[in-house]
Amino acid sequence: MKLELRGLAPGTRLGVLAGLGRSGTRAMEVPGCLLYTHCGSVPHLTHDTLDALGRLPAVTQLPLATVAEHQEVLEAFREGAAKLAGLHDTVLFCSLQDPAAPCPAGYNTSKSVSLWSAAGRIELTVPKYVAMQAAVRPDWYQSLADGDAQPAGSSLKRVRRSVERTLTHLDECVLLHQKTAELVGAELFGVVEGADVREERVRSARETAKRPVGGFVLDGFQSGVMDQALRAQLIAAVTAELPRDKPRLVLGVGRPDQVLSCVEGGVDLFEGFFPFVATERGCALCFRFAMEPDPESAVQEQNGVTEDGGSSRTEDPEHQDLQQMTRFEMNLNDRRYRDDLRPLVVGCGCYCCRNHSRAYLHHLLVTKELLAGVLLMLHNVSHYSSFFSSVREALATDRLETLKSVVLGV
Amino acid sequence: MAASTVGEAEMNSASRGAIAGAPLVLRILAECPVSKARACDMTLPHCTVNTPVFMPVGTQGTMKGVTAEQLENLGCQICLGNTYHLGMRPGPELIEKAKGLHGFMNWRRSLLTDSGGFQMVSLVELSQVTEEGVKFRSPYDNKEILLSPEQSIAIQNSLGSDIMMQLDDVVSSTVTGPRVEEAMRRSIRWLDRCIAANRNPESQNLFAIIQGGLNSELRHICLEEMTKRDVPGFAIGGLSGGEEKDDFWKMVTLSTDHLPREKPRYLMGVGYAVDLVVCVALGCDMFDCVFPTRTARFGSALVPWGSLQLKHKQYAKDFQPIDPECTCPTCRRHSRAYLHALLKCDTAALHHITIHNISYQLSLMQSVRQSIIDGCFPQFVRAFMDRMFPSREQYPRWAVDALASVGITLN
Ligand SMILES: [Zn+2]
Ligand SMILES: [Zn+2]
Repeated sequence: MKLELRGLAPGTRLGVLAGLGRSGTRAMEVPGCLLYTHCGSVPHLTHDTLDALGRLPAVTQLPLATVAEHQEVLEAFREGAAKLAGLHDTVLFCSLQDPAAPCPAGYNTSKSVSLWSAAGRIELTVPKYVAMQAAVRPDWYQSLADGDAQPAGSSLKRVRRSVERTLTHLDECVLLHQKTAELVGAELFGVVEGADVREERVRSARETAKRPVGGFVLDGFQSGVMDQALRAQLIAAVTAELPRDKPRLVLGVGRPDQVLSCVEGGVDLFEGFFPFVATERGCALCFRFAMEPDPESAVQEQNGVTEDGGSSRTEDPEHQDLQQMTRFEMNLNDRRYRDDLRPLVVGCGCYCCRNHSRAYLHHLLVTKELLAGVLLMLHNVSHYSSFFSSVREALATDRLETLKSVVLGV
Repeated sequence: MAASTVGEAEMNSASRGAIAGAPLVLRILAECPVSKARACDMTLPHCTVNTPVFMPVGTQGTMKGVTAEQLENLGCQICLGNTYHLGMRPGPELIEKAKGLHGFMNWRRSLLTDSGGFQMVSLVELSQVTEEGVKFRSPYDNKEILLSPEQSIAIQNSLGSDIMMQLDDVVSSTVTGPRVEEAMRRSIRWLDRCIAANRNPESQNLFAIIQGGLNSELRHICLEEMTKRDVPGFAIGGLSGGEEKDDFWKMVTLSTDHLPREKPRYLMGVGYAVDLVVCVALGCDMFDCVFPTRTARFGSALVPWGSLQLKHKQYAKDFQPIDPECTCPTCRRHSRAYLHALLKCDTAALHHITIHNISYQLSLMQSVRQSIIDGCFPQFVRAFMDRMFPSREQYPRWAVDALASVGITLN
């Protein structure tokens, strides 16, 4: 794996992660987002519907939480989770928790981390965790981390202990990683913790960078955990400590405004769960990201997408729950779409927008038909990955400020 | 009317056919020299349908989690929409505005809609049948609604389906006595009202539904009366509702004996593989059933030897596809073990199984058709039964008898 960055304004990064996967032939542009899956399957989608999306991210994310209960099956299969899931040509990143599911705090100990799977809580020690990863056989995986310390109510002592434990877990992971035949060629990502304590963040980053890791996972910055200004400061402080040539992936950040802020702070990779959480509440992503005042966005304004989308006028709280609608979406459950025969987003080229109307989506939601999730997911994944293309284009042409004002609608 | 503009070009070419004025041409390609089975091409305004055909049911204007494009890629040429459901939500006005059900669900091929009567009687409590129509309270806003033959056809005209069904007076196949005759006679009167109400006879076909319960005499009368009407096709109704299989097949074969050769025969509500194969032998061309898609939602995958309950633990480490000989997108990519695991965490698992099940039904009918064309349908039936049942002792008696009645012996 090699990160090739183009010279840009200080702080921001634009480039290509090349030589990916065990074959070393795949590449991914950064900043970028991973293809989010449950158990190796993009929620709601089958392979033919996925193919309709066109170019997919080269890296697929598999939260261990969604596959942990099938460890025995994977061990019997012996060829890894990607192959089991029918993903024949992807780079697999195995993360720990599912970013779209709640992850209760307070269950980690000095020796173990709790994983929340569909079958309930699973206590993971490092040996158990590495054994699971050996069954999954990812191309990248994160090290076991004590991500419990959350700013709200965490004492400094607890934050320090979290950083300490995470480093100990990492050292143990590194040792076991080297002894595990199934993980030869896989990259281990170190996890930076430290909650909202700047010194602990810096220490965690510095110490993690000393270890033989392929990249960095920034934990504890999840939407709803801290406000944007603090997140931006802490991310800048962390990335300043990290080597330039290794990728940085932030966990739990999906809202476009927060993504842009993280990109400014030097983050390369994002989990692609945001389109999914929007889909689950019956919403379509409809925020704008076209930097040119092109005919399409002119049409968008005419037909009131921004207005429908919840608007740039009403502020939505940042400390919101994952399940709450953001201002980047339109809610197709709303009766106002009952007889609206326009596509979700006028000008969008996705399968859903090329073939179906808002009224049809409203009907599918009202009648609780499964196709609603399929079509919304197709649009949302497509919209979100176009947004990332736009982010890269903005970086390449030094127009990030312009893009920010388009996305934020100011 | 918006619905009548759909597929006008195809319709004109179709109207050269045998059935005066109707947009349907039935070309009989082959008839089994032994049984009553036949293979036809049925040209409808939106596409030609190869029969015998199984029609998947898309109740709410969608086929579960399968997109219109996937359904088309599976080779599906015709599917069903339910008039009762679509008439309630989103309603005929909106669908008409969306260029009919074809436009609303973006389905380019043929569509058949039912009359709404069956759902009303089976789903709505306190529905009341009078000569006027079916009266019921809307479960959505509690308003009293009358579904008359005229109203049913008006909604189906708005939906713009290629084939509409007459409103019939539905009684359960297990009911006996004077009510059966009343329902049969009323269905004949309602057929005439439906024919008169059709706004789009040049672009939408209206099928009659043969009633008469399990009484041969009543079926005879109904057949005699209805075949006097110039309708483009006939359905065999009032069956598949819990009656004895022995009664069922006898009513089917009696009906096909008296239906005109040059018009399609649609057996309503039949979709189990054995029933399909037997009823093709008895001379039916079209079938529909919710079973293959509904059963998929419970993790049940159809295979030539029955079905697999993929939620069952025995498949957890079974790395073969559902059916190693199946070429559907699911079997080409996924194993039983993966589907078993995915069933626990994502609805995509259901879509995979739905796709396989639709594909199974369609390819079963494709093989049936090919064997009729190749003149070896009886051999096909024997091989099919042999594969479906572990031993001859397990062949259902009614199927053996039904097949024997049309000259196909299984031993
Ligand atoms: Zn779209
Ligand atoms: Zn299959």
